[in-house]
Amino acid sequence: MKDERADPDQLLDRLNAEEARARRGKLKIFFGASAGVGKTYAMLSAARDAQAQGASLTIGIVETHGRSDTEAMARGLPRLDMKEIDHRGKKLSEFDLDAALAYGAGNPDGRVLVDELAHTNVPGSRHPKRWQDVQELLDAGVDVWSTMNVQHLESLNDIVSGITGIRVWETVPDRIFDEADEVVVVDFPPDELLERLRQGKVYLPQQADRAAKNFFRKGNLLALRELALRRTADRVDGEMQAYRSRSSTSPVWPNRESLLACIGSGEQGEKIVRVCARLAAQLDVPWHAVHVESPEKSEASERRRQGVLRVLKLAQELGATSTELSSPAVAPALVRYAHEHNLSRLVIGRPEQRWRWPGQRTLGDELEAEASDLDILRVALEKNVPAKRASPDRPAARTPTHWKGYAAALAICGAIALLATPLLGVLELSNIVMLFLLAVVGVALLHGRGPAILAAFVGVCLFDFFFVSPRFSFAVSDVQYLLTFAVMLFVALVVGQLTAGLKIQVEAVTERERRVSGLYDMSRDLSAALMVEQVAEIGSRFLAMEFGVKSALLVADDHDHLNVLPGATTEVDLGVAQWSFERGEAAGRGTDTLPASKCLVLPLKATMRLRGVIAIEPKETGLLGPEHRRLLDTCASLMAISIERIHYIDVAQKTTLQMESERLRNSLLSAISHDLRNPLASLVGLADALQLTKPPPTGQQQELVLAMRSSAMRMNALVNNLLDMARLESGAVQLNRQWQPLEDVVGSALGACASILEGHPLTVRLAPDLPLLHFDAVLIERVLVNLLENAGKYTPPDTPIEIKARAEGDSVVVRVNDEGPGLPSGREDAMFEKFVRGKSESATPGVGLGLTICRAIMQAHGGTIRGETRATGGASFVLTLPRGEPPNDDGGTAGIVEAFVEHGK
Amino acid sequence: MSEIRSKVLIVEDEADIRRFVRLALESEGHEVFEADCIKRGLIEAGTRRPELVILDLGLPDGDGVDFIRDLRGWSTCPVIVLSARSNETDKIAALDAGADDYLVKPFGAGELLARIRAQFRRRLQQAAVNEPLIRFGDVCIDLTRRVVERKGEPLHLTPIEYRLLTYLAAQPDRVVTHRQLLKVVWGPGHAEDTHYVRVHMANLRKKIEDDASMPRHVITEAGIGYRFVLGV
Repeated sequence: MKDERADPDQLLDRLNAEEARARRGKLKIFFGASAGVGKTYAMLSAARDAQAQGASLTIGIVETHGRSDTEAMARGLPRLDMKEIDHRGKKLSEFDLDAALAYGAGNPDGRVLVDELAHTNVPGSRHPKRWQDVQELLDAGVDVWSTMNVQHLESLNDIVSGITGIRVWETVPDRIFDEADEVVVVDFPPDELLERLRQGKVYLPQQADRAAKNFFRKGNLLALRELALRRTADRVDGEMQAYRSRSSTSPVWPNRESLLACIGSGEQGEKIVRVCARLAAQLDVPWHAVHVESPEKSEASERRRQGVLRVLKLAQELGATSTELSSPAVAPALVRYAHEHNLSRLVIGRPEQRWRWPGQRTLGDELEAEASDLDILRVALEKNVPAKRASPDRPAARTPTHWKGYAAALAICGAIALLATPLLGVLELSNIVMLFLLAVVGVALLHGRGPAILAAFVGVCLFDFFFVSPRFSFAVSDVQYLLTFAVMLFVALVVGQLTAGLKIQVEAVTERERRVSGLYDMSRDLSAALMVEQVAEIGSRFLAMEFGVKSALLVADDHDHLNVLPGATTEVDLGVAQWSFERGEAAGRGTDTLPASKCLVLPLKATMRLRGVIAIEPKETGLLGPEHRRLLDTCASLMAISIERIHYIDVAQKTTLQMESERLRNSLLSAISHDLRNPLASLVGLADALQLTKPPPTGQQQELVLAMRSSAMRMNALVNNLLDMARLESGAVQLNRQWQPLEDVVGSALGACASILEGHPLTVRLAPDLPLLHFDAVLIERVLVNLLENAGKYTPPDTPIEIKARAEGDSVVVRVNDEGPGLPSGREDAMFEKFVRGKSESATPGVGLGLTICRAIMQAHGGTIRGETRATGGASFVLTLPRGEPPNDDGGTAGIVEAFVEHGK
Repeated sequence: MSEIRSKVLIVEDEADIRRFVRLALESEGHEVFEADCIKRGLIEAGTRRPELVILDLGLPDGDGVDFIRDLRGWSTCPVIVLSARSNETDKIAALDAGADDYLVKPFGAGELLARIRAQFRRRLQQAAVNEPLIRFGDVCIDLTRRVVERKGEPLHLTPIEYRLLTYLAAQPDRVVTHRQLLKVVWGPGHAEDTHYVRVHMANLRKKIEDDASMPRHVITEAGIGYRFVLGV
């Protein structure tokens, strides 16, 4: 059962954790023994020093409590504005987390000072506690400095309250303290502190003066100081050990003696959890907290259940993995869990000693019998601990059903007595006993345990009263009836208990089976879903059926905007949903983030990415238990996978469609180009051939033949332009980019336009230091040819044309200049649009696609083209091409092939 | 002026183009054979033994490149391919397979005849193999002494430039692809490093051309390769 091999998941988790740590912001805590030791002052003075050394920092929130020296320290440091929160008509100012996040985003090296880590935020803030705000800042990579006292440490909370007699409700989980990157102890001798207190220099919160005075006693202060120093020493010790284990080559997975806290349904689970947390921290081992919900207890009151959930949540905050198991037998379930998770020590509570039935066993005894290989630690539980944090709303709902059950038990027993009385002569007394036993079984089946016990006792009493002589009296004449009563009571109790237990168990099994089959049905339905809307519908149906909750599915679109899908039965706070989606964490009710929200929002995590969130509005006010949460998480991940599957079906379909249409377009284009060009080629050729006939054509015929030829050529140019445009527009053009010198392509372009440019004096001025450029030679030649042809067409003969190129910054700029009439002013950009020509009524042939093609080609290369009229009046077209990083190797050192090939073939 | 009567085969599926090519060639006094598909073309080439082949790349029964490979198995006669514009890969494949020149449709009769004449001229030159000197413009290459002179002055070329120049100059009027040059100068391992050729060719141009951006001898065929022109 115990697997000794290294778990790859664990390894991955470790790697991920290390990576996350590297990205996280650094937390520095100024740690003190009590209020008044000067933590805030120390933090501010450290901040001033850091600022003097050039570090950038800002005060997120600092509570000076009106102390002038502290305020003087804070003066001059930059400060974030506070957030105004409206709470029950009062305006309360609170630390502005968003402002701090924004500051962190703007100052990657900056740090934020956030005083009082243990502070409880005003209701309506994003997180209930300030340390959670700080966590979010750290997650965002922002460095934080903060302050706290020893009494605020969660695991020391009960010790401190034991010392001082004052319970502090504002606590910070130990892991925050342990994971802090730096802890600075602010120490102050108690005598001086008391002196300061006398002088009124220490701020006392608005608690009762007497309580505060009790708190600031020398004994207390000494104890707290010791606690703080020792806690810090533990931390330092831990760091040392961690350092040693990092630097040595010890095995990665030592066989750890992990702990399992077994939490009962009593009120004292918190103590077990705290003890276990401290122990785990000392041993430096992971720990789990488990509550076994046995079907017998499922009748337990809602309040009790809330208590268990709260304890489990506390355990989670203290670093445990908490789970709720469901099993009729507590001990075997715990042992199985411990074995499965390789936990070798069980921590259980030792209830106050009370009278026991002979043979009745405590949980500890059972565990010992069940698994001799596990260590069991029993934690003493205090007597009569007052109910803590008792919620004012005591449930009144529990009575009616139970009351009915007991009434029914009485009624059934009475009915049996009435029924049997006339039959007394007919039936043997032993058979009447049977009838009462039957009644107990019936009551147990219908109303459960308590009524069955009542029925057993009432049955015995009635039997004695009505049927055993002397009748109508509890006196018994024959002593042997006492044995009958005892056996009858015993049998009734046992049978009743067994029956009731059986009934509950069957109910539990049925319930579980129902859930599983519901989940199964849902996953089957989901696998058939072809649209996201169907997923939403199936999901909300499942949730309504299984949990009776309202829900809404929000799916992210391509821009990561969440959209509520139709079929939502609850209104979602989009802020919560967006937060949950961005962070990939659960938010809203029952979580640490925005718990005041109406809904619980779970992210839909699929394999590739987050697909959206699901918002669930629980029906009753209670928290959702871990068992429910797990089921909800399963449901959410099923939905996420379905949404992802649907997304990829979509992607695949779109790709197929695109490929299909591309193929069609390409074959169409090549068919058109073939069919249009061949007749044109024939036309040109035949016109030429006409001139070669003998006798040669006369002057007029010659002219006609030439006109025919040039028309065909023009038509060809047009077809070329249209086809090129179609190709470029459809994105079907694949650039054949090569590193090459610009002059190559300038030369070939000039060669191609030689006949058109005849008569124009040409100047080519390419800077000698031009780098190699990465472009498609054919297309860039096309651009240059188009520009040169334009220059040839639109400028008077004999005017000069100039090509210049030089490197400017990250790009190379090529200019084609002419001395013609220039560009129509104000329309320089419009010329690049399709079918636009410089002069609308021009005799010069063309349809106005040339420049559009040029622009498309330049854009495909990541370059630009623009036209402008030069100061001298001519037109200038400016091309820019990105320089990129040309390859250094020009082959000059690459080996030359030695064998000289023969010339030609 | 150069009246060489030769046998020319044209393989082209468009009847009108065949007709005008035949008219043009016959006006020069050549003997013309026609074929409208690759199969027919190979039979004609085998039986007629043409001295030049004009081949359309877009034939109904297959790829013109296969035709060239087949033909090159037993004939070294020049091949001029006809192709549509924007089909650079087809042209390169045909040239690599052994074609000598290409013409983009539509083309005029004059252009066609000029190309044909150039091919015949090249064959005549190569016939005189024992000529150790190649002259063009004001440059003279002495293949035996491995010396290049310009205007009578010795021209300093790197070994790579010398190799490029001699390879190109030895086969004027023939379109040589980048890949062919790479293979010859750098070896088959560098067939993709086309910028090698471009860089060294640019340097070579600066040394042998009057104006490197308007070259008269080493002509760039954009996206394909180079053509060497001796000039007049």
